[in-house]
Amino acid sequence: MTEWRSTLARQRYLLDFTVAAMKRRRARNLGLLLVYGGMVFLLASVLFYTGALKHEAGLLLAEAPEIVVQRMVAGRHDLIPETHAETLRRIRGIRAVQGRLWGYHYDPVVRANYTLLVPPSDDIAPGTTVIGPALARARGAGIGDVLSFRGHDGALRAFRIQAVLPQESGLVSADLFLVAEPDFRALFGVPAGQYTDLALRIPNAREIQTVAEKVLETLPDSRPILREEMLRTYDAVFDWRSALVLLPLSGALLAFAILAWEKASGLSADERREIGILKAVGWETGDVLAMKLWEGGLLSLLAFLFGTAAAYWHVFGLSAPLLAPVMQGWSVLYPAFRLTPAIDATQLLALFFLTVLPYLAATLVPVWRAAVTDPDEVMR
Amino acid sequence: MNARVELRGVRKAFHEDRPNVFWAVDGIDLVLPAGGVTVLAGPSGSGKTTLLTLIGCLARPTEGRVRLDGRDISGLPEPFLAALRRQTFGFVFQRFNLIRGLTVLDNVMLPAYPLGPPHRALTRRANAALERLGIGHRAGALVESLSGGEAQRTAIARALINDPAVLIADEPTANLDTALSLAFLDIVSDLRAEGRTLLLSSHDPLVREASVVDRAVELRDGRVVADHETRAEPAG
Repeated sequence: MTEWRSTLARQRYLLDFTVAAMKRRRARNLGLLLVYGGMVFLLASVLFYTGALKHEAGLLLAEAPEIVVQRMVAGRHDLIPETHAETLRRIRGIRAVQGRLWGYHYDPVVRANYTLLVPPSDDIAPGTTVIGPALARARGAGIGDVLSFRGHDGALRAFRIQAVLPQESGLVSADLFLVAEPDFRALFGVPAGQYTDLALRIPNAREIQTVAEKVLETLPDSRPILREEMLRTYDAVFDWRSALVLLPLSGALLAFAILAWEKASGLSADERREIGILKAVGWETGDVLAMKLWEGGLLSLLAFLFGTAAAYWHVFGLSAPLLAPVMQGWSVLYPAFRLTPAIDATQLLALFFLTVLPYLAATLVPVWRAAVTDPDEVMR
Repeated sequence: MNARVELRGVRKAFHEDRPNVFWAVDGIDLVLPAGGVTVLAGPSGSGKTTLLTLIGCLARPTEGRVRLDGRDISGLPEPFLAALRRQTFGFVFQRFNLIRGLTVLDNVMLPAYPLGPPHRALTRRANAALERLGIGHRAGALVESLSGGEAQRTAIARALINDPAVLIADEPTANLDTALSLAFLDIVSDLRAEGRTLLLSSHDPLVREASVVDRAVELRDGRVVADHETRAEPAG
């Protein structure tokens, strides 16, 4: 018990001494904290942002159909006839088949693509539209305003805005333009009985793969796309985007890392002399190492906490203004919304170990080298 | 408080295995009995400081043996040497080697940190040491604001914090004027009276010829050239 108390007291003394030593080298430590915290901030921002986007995409896809069937003509996606839907309804395991109508429209006014979609429920009256928040912002349009486009035949068609989708409705609703079925067909020249694709509902998750195979067997000109595949695509896209951000950043990160390493690993003459004095008055090599471990631990932990807290605030509080242009949005119109905090504990732990441990090692190696030499130099 | 130091055939080389090898201490046999004041005298480069570092476990001899109370300490592993530096030997360095940015009190307490004593008891002990040396009023001052005499007393208080049997001081009066040097010798006299062994290096005649000194060992080129008892006040 006494020994335990003495060990605790010893660590407290070492910690006190470390804090005093850090205060004495305030400018150097603040500089290190800034550089190191900045590095953690950048890495954590990309990490949080990618994680949150994947989470968001996952939530969206949770509502998506289990399989989407497209028709392929000469290796390209083509309209799919209603007769295909009839055929699919006969396959066991499929509860519902619904034809979907959607497409893109380029608006030269804002130089952006809109996603035009006929919603499954028939609650949009012909001649009216419900638009996404980014589209409303880009066109400066609100409820009651009229937006008009030229259709496939060159004729101008006007739509009165019935509603604007709420901001928080998610990533992919930003550039939506919801219209009634007859309007969609008239605008794009899609004949009745033809759809963009078919959405299949399969209640039993274990049958999805088998159903997909049956679809391909029954309709050889079709391509079934599984929800899991879509999720994987989202993941891949966001991973690719995070890599896109990290790649140009990696040069800067490397420079930061080298600077931090150099600052941490180089012992000043003053520090070397101090280690000599401590050893001369009876500190063991272990005491000096423990003191430096406290120093490195405190500094890296503070940098990690500041960096991750700032990244959290940047991503979830400010909607990541530094990353948004690269990381989000499918078109020119970027969604304006706040991401739901979604943090992967494993990734955070990996970031902790990748930033804190190398720093501790960088600090300890030169100290160990200085601490194992005889302290007689301080006598001179 | 008992510490008899014995040196047998002690040699210390610098730049060993190089063409410019230099033997700072070159074959010294010496016995320092427990208690009393011994002065290592001699010109610069005679090996005084090196010999102090060998006795005080700050460095290891290249050849020969250093014994403390009959036990060979020259080949001990580092943790044991650190323990001896902490508890048996107290050092007062020529340039005092106080840690800047810390207060006088913090500097004095430093050698006790690895032992982890209760904080209140340690603070009391450090304050008592400072009071005894007449600088209790400077306990809260940063060491860089101290005068030469104050810095030396702080260094002495630090050397005594773990109550060592041997106090080693390297050129203790080199940075002091005559009045402060005499004040230092008064402190030495008090410590001698407590039964401690004091080992000083100095080429200051004021120290060498002081009445408190029991023995003067003259060094030259790393060897003992004279060793004589001086008139000393009776200890205690």
